[in-house]
Amino acid sequence: MPTAAYDVVILGSEPSALTAAAYLAKAGRRVLLLERREDLGGAVVTEELLAGCRVDAVFDDIGWLPRSIVSELELRRHGLELVQLDPMVTAPAKHGGHLALWRQLGRTQDSIRALSTRDAERWPDFATGMAKHAALLESLYEAPAPRPGAGGMPTSDDLRGLLRLGRRAGLRGRADLLELARVVPMSIAELLDDWFESDTLKGALAGGAIGGLMQGPRSGGTAFLFLHRHVGGESGAVRARQTARGGAGRLADALAAAAREAGAEIRCGACVDRVRVQGGRATGVVLGNGDEIAARAVLSGKDPRTTMLDLVEPLHLDPDAARAARQIRFRGPMARVHLAVDELPRFRGIGGDGLLGGSVVIAPSLDHLERAYDDAKYGRVSERPYLEIAIPTFADPSRAPAATHIVSVTMQYAPYTLREGEWTPERRSALGDLVVGALAEYAPALRETVIERCVLTPRDLEQRYGLREGSPDQGEMMLDQILFMRPMPGWSRHATPIHGLWLCGSGTHPGGRIAGVSGRLAAREILRAKH
Amino acid sequence: MARSYDVIVIGGGHNGLVNAAYLARAGKRVLVAERRERVGGAAVSEQVFPGFTFSMFSYVVSLLRPEIIRDLELPRHGLQILPLESTITPLANGDYLGSWGDHDKNRRELYRHSPRDAEAYDEFGRLMHHMAMAVRPLLATIPPDPLSLDPRELLAMAKLGAQVTGLGEARIHSLFKLMTMSAADFLDEWFEFEPLKATKSASGIIGTFLGPRSPGTAYVLLHHYMGELDGAFRAWGFAKGGTGAVSEAVAGAARRHGAEIRTSAGVARVLVKDGRAGGVVLDSGEEIRAKVVVSGLDPRRTFLELVEPRELPDDLVTAVRRFKFRGSSGKVNLALGELPDFTCLPGVGPHLRGAISISPDLDYLERAYDEAKYGRFSSRPYMDIVIPSMIDPGMAPPGKHVMSIFVQYAPYDIEGGWTDAKREAFGDAVIDTVSCYSPNLKRAILHRQVLTPADIERITGLSEGNIFQGELTPHQLFFFRPSPRWSGYRTPVRGYYQCGSGTHPGGGIMGASGRLAALRILDDRAT
Amino acid sequence: MLKTTPFHVRTSALSEGQSWRRWAGYVAASAYELTHDHEYAAIRNAAALLDITPLFKYHIEGRDAVRLLDRLVTRDVAACRVGQVLYTPWCDASGKIIDDGTLARLGEDRFRLTCAEPNLRWLTMNSIGLDVRIEDVSDRIAALALQGPTSRAVLDAIVDDGLDALRFFRITNVRIRGRDVAISRTGYTGDLGFELWMDNADAERVWDALIEGGAAHGITPTGLLALDVARIEAGLILLGVDYVPATRALIPDQFSSPFELGLGWTVKLDKAPFVGQNALRDEHARGSLWSLVGLEIDWDSLERLYAEVGLPPRLAAEPWRTSIPVYAGGRQIGYGTSGCWSPLLKKPLALAHVERAHAAPGTTVMMEVTVEHRRRQAVARVAKTPFFDPERKRA
Repeated sequence: MPTAAYDVVILGSEPSALTAAAYLAKAGRRVLLLERREDLGGAVVTEELLAGCRVDAVFDDIGWLPRSIVSELELRRHGLELVQLDPMVTAPAKHGGHLALWRQLGRTQDSIRALSTRDAERWPDFATGMAKHAALLESLYEAPAPRPGAGGMPTSDDLRGLLRLGRRAGLRGRADLLELARVVPMSIAELLDDWFESDTLKGALAGGAIGGLMQGPRSGGTAFLFLHRHVGGESGAVRARQTARGGAGRLADALAAAAREAGAEIRCGACVDRVRVQGGRATGVVLGNGDEIAARAVLSGKDPRTTMLDLVEPLHLDPDAARAARQIRFRGPMARVHLAVDELPRFRGIGGDGLLGGSVVIAPSLDHLERAYDDAKYGRVSERPYLEIAIPTFADPSRAPAATHIVSVTMQYAPYTLREGEWTPERRSALGDLVVGALAEYAPALRETVIERCVLTPRDLEQRYGLREGSPDQGEMMLDQILFMRPMPGWSRHATPIHGLWLCGSGTHPGGRIAGVSGRLAAREILRAKH
Repeated sequence: MARSYDVIVIGGGHNGLVNAAYLARAGKRVLVAERRERVGGAAVSEQVFPGFTFSMFSYVVSLLRPEIIRDLELPRHGLQILPLESTITPLANGDYLGSWGDHDKNRRELYRHSPRDAEAYDEFGRLMHHMAMAVRPLLATIPPDPLSLDPRELLAMAKLGAQVTGLGEARIHSLFKLMTMSAADFLDEWFEFEPLKATKSASGIIGTFLGPRSPGTAYVLLHHYMGELDGAFRAWGFAKGGTGAVSEAVAGAARRHGAEIRTSAGVARVLVKDGRAGGVVLDSGEEIRAKVVVSGLDPRRTFLELVEPRELPDDLVTAVRRFKFRGSSGKVNLALGELPDFTCLPGVGPHLRGAISISPDLDYLERAYDEAKYGRFSSRPYMDIVIPSMIDPGMAPPGKHVMSIFVQYAPYDIEGGWTDAKREAFGDAVIDTVSCYSPNLKRAILHRQVLTPADIERITGLSEGNIFQGELTPHQLFFFRPSPRWSGYRTPVRGYYQCGSGTHPGGGIMGASGRLAALRILDDRAT
Repeated sequence: MLKTTPFHVRTSALSEGQSWRRWAGYVAASAYELTHDHEYAAIRNAAALLDITPLFKYHIEGRDAVRLLDRLVTRDVAACRVGQVLYTPWCDASGKIIDDGTLARLGEDRFRLTCAEPNLRWLTMNSIGLDVRIEDVSDRIAALALQGPTSRAVLDAIVDDGLDALRFFRITNVRIRGRDVAISRTGYTGDLGFELWMDNADAERVWDALIEGGAAHGITPTGLLALDVARIEAGLILLGVDYVPATRALIPDQFSSPFELGLGWTVKLDKAPFVGQNALRDEHARGSLWSLVGLEIDWDSLERLYAEVGLPPRLAAEPWRTSIPVYAGGRQIGYGTSGCWSPLLKKPLALAHVERAHAAPGTTVMMEVTVEHRRRQAVARVAKTPFFDPERKRA
């Protein structure tokens, strides 16, 4: 092997890629991370999309970031300040009033009581039950994915994972696992119908089960996504979310600082054209400008399909593997609409203090969500969409000029593939109008307060932020694309059929909206591998 | 005179009868108590109109287990399965997609629509062969209790684990996909021709309240291929004389082994004393004693109606309450004066001996589902049509025919409830839709019978009219059918067992639940 | 109805016994006369004319055609010259044979692949990211095989410019009665022979030209039974008979690699990456477990077995394709997959899979024969294939 300047070249700077850079550098590896854009963070980025405003471009929050990563990489010292949103979700009720989900169980219960006493009574059991399921998922997620049927010697990570599961596998533990297995293939509608009667409550909860997914609340497997998004949340805090002070993008800054301190080199504005493969082994990368960088290993934080099919010459992959890569489903269903407004939006039914700290959710019923999905199923934008609205300036006015608020809306469903044609500027603009119109139903005064607007279609999310087909999770988070099936069946340990080419990021286990974990797991695999 | 039996089987559906026959064959004194005037449950042949015999509900023999046919010597008792090999799907453009029994013919037909699909078809078939081989042993396995610490159950769990691991990585992955994906997505990985995907995925939605794009619908694709493994046995087809002939054959076998079958003998409740079943009370008030009582009814009736819920642990009651039935299909039976003439394949031909599937594309099926989601029947439904009199002329007077139309979706919970007017409107929608493809149909109809899920429930007793005694979705299979601790045919009431389709493996005229329950009862030495 | 080839009007008129079989969804003649003896004789002594239209044919064209094909097959396509034809197998990622056929380089970036099974999907799957067009021309191109010692004379009589320059495994374009016909010097008989490729529309015209021009050279329409005898004598394997293609195999034992089928000579391990390369490298290093060999059944041994029941040896009237156990030291060490009585060599021949230890030419094994309803074993010897390999084939 010729001497290479770097041990590992890392592609992309999504939080997991940065995390991997930090862990690898800490282990003494010579690391170079290449980011195409000028900002770090991939899709978890805060940037000036509206004049003078620091906008969370794609995600309002950072998802789950395990405490162990925060402490191991000393992210607080590197400037990360985590903020827990509370209330997490506020939903205007159909017939006046609102529902708020608070971190505190009792407070949420009080809010639900206004809608249904029966539901309020059931809430604690529901919240505990979901937390139990999420905790089980969490233990699966912190370890490498299991590999049923693969044989071979278990690694120390495997054993750690088994131990963790074993601790829970008393009789009660087995019952919990079994119940989890029963719940995950269900639809969120079935699950919630078993528990609750209030449309407002069910709608607000179900939003968490379809976010980022081209499926409706009656589709099987959405109960899984609900639990997935709950992983890392505190017990009782259903739909809990955390972000970083200053915007979700600050996470990348902290991770990058940690990586740099450990000796990693990070280069922005460096577009990777392809991964160089010689004799079935990755030997480096070729940049857009023709420069070649030799490395003993390449770790890609880009999604697995892009990595395997666009960055690697097709001849290096056998047809079945290429086929598996093509079959990964992305199907991005969401758009983002950012508004600069000159007054704090006033939503019908949501008065009172502090209610706009979390997300305002427009999902008045399961049927509302299902009908929104119906449109998307036939390749159309939802006429009456599901909206999730964040107002980051509510808690942190410094993110916008004086007397200006940022309203960031996640809109679903806006299918990546429209049946009527491509995403044109006209369709982008029509989408913006549709969202503002839908908002105006709940916040009638809002329309007049808009100063500036930025609309990101799924196509834009792909082009600007590298989210393939606009999928926020680098591949649908459905049951057939998780654990040992992620990124592709049998590839769950971050390795690829090309020696020395590795994968991390949302497209790999444990999946989307989990910051850093796949990077840490991939780093461990790389460190274990013999070069 | 109060008589006493070793076993009373509640419900003379095919599973109840199979159960009774196996127990009688093992020397037990068995009584089958059937509420209706005839046995068969949803597998009955009835002369609905003079001279016209219909398989009133279930109309094809899908996966009747070969071991049951052998053990009970069903052919000796009149069972004869006739071939059902082709399917045609009329298309919107006037063409059709055919699926034929002969490999060359089938490949050529597919090639006409998509050369790639014609090749993918064989490879897909090979995958499904492997999957069916992997799953087939489960059809003959009593689900172990995953929570038990009993060494026998632990051993069974270990065996099951070894069986799965033994499949090897690649097949586990495929099986996992099949268990979790939507039929549409699964088929998308193989095929490009919409009508092919639609027709295949239709088998995934039958009896569920899901659309073909909803995850959890791929698994049922396997069922057809399981029938193919037993192909030489011809476990897939029409029963001569209608599906009632299957029930009659099993009943014949049961009687020959000494079982007694009482019809018009509905069971009001199971006698339970000190947590032990001791017999049943009939609707008439008559009490009959037995050491073992087996319910062939669905889980809701078995646990919530035949016994007092207080006899049962709370978690079981909760599990049964949330067990999903959601009947979604109806049936239209037509007596025809002449054969239907399909525009896509005019005249009489071999296609009329097979199934005709109204599933022109995936969107069509999804739209049909959309209406049902919001409480309406599909105005353009998915339909599976067969004309049994084409193969079995005895089903209709000479020159005349019977047509059976399975229709989905017709939700049990229709907005405002099912009324006579709605039933007729539903029937009209079905006839109108078929007429789009077969213009002479309306003229040909002599009589029609329309069965909504509410009718199915009323006549057969199947809760919410669900034809499988509970949806066949992943969270209601195997361990979970009907509930984790009680998927092994036992119940918390000693001496009380379950043997209906609501238990593993359930669904279709398979008989496996009835057989496995009998094995469990014999193994428990419960009598 | 099964499909018929563009020659059907001609061939069906010739069929004396209406003896047809299925071939890839077509009706194909088993024999035109009531026995195939004369047709076989034409292959070895005159010129046999066979309708081989049911083969699958693909045109592969474009800048990356060589890259695609080099990736697909085991032989070195880059080294194949324009006008050259390669016989080659192709494998799945595990190095197991999917199909075998001929690959003709028609132009710098143009190829025709012919094979026994449909391969469009596999070709397409392998072509992702490459600049190629793949066209299934199976139903557009009619094909004939003209095989036997006088076949060159037949063609010389009707081809406008003559064929002298056409060497073994080369292809050229000619005109016959004003129609374009591609002629390759290839075949499935192990004899001097040619294959002719033409548009469906020209099929009958070319057939007639051949029959008329060939009359003086003993041209004989020939069916598949005679072909089967010839190809066994030539030691040529048949998909679905001598091996199960990887696309149909259900259990590990059913798969075969090129090495196991005696096609090691077609595997160029050191060329550009191709599907199955790694697996084949491993197998090559490790050695294969199985080997496909030719067996000659010992006549004396056969005669003895029959003599015991008072009969003369009975010979298979037609080539057989059942599985026949092969033993050594009292243990089954393999199985025959096809065989025939060779009218030329006067020996019963078979193609058989045997464990590697028994694969060397000259090794003695025992082959099962059923003599008057009783299973016996006859002595057989591993022979080099082709059993029959005339000079004229390559000359």
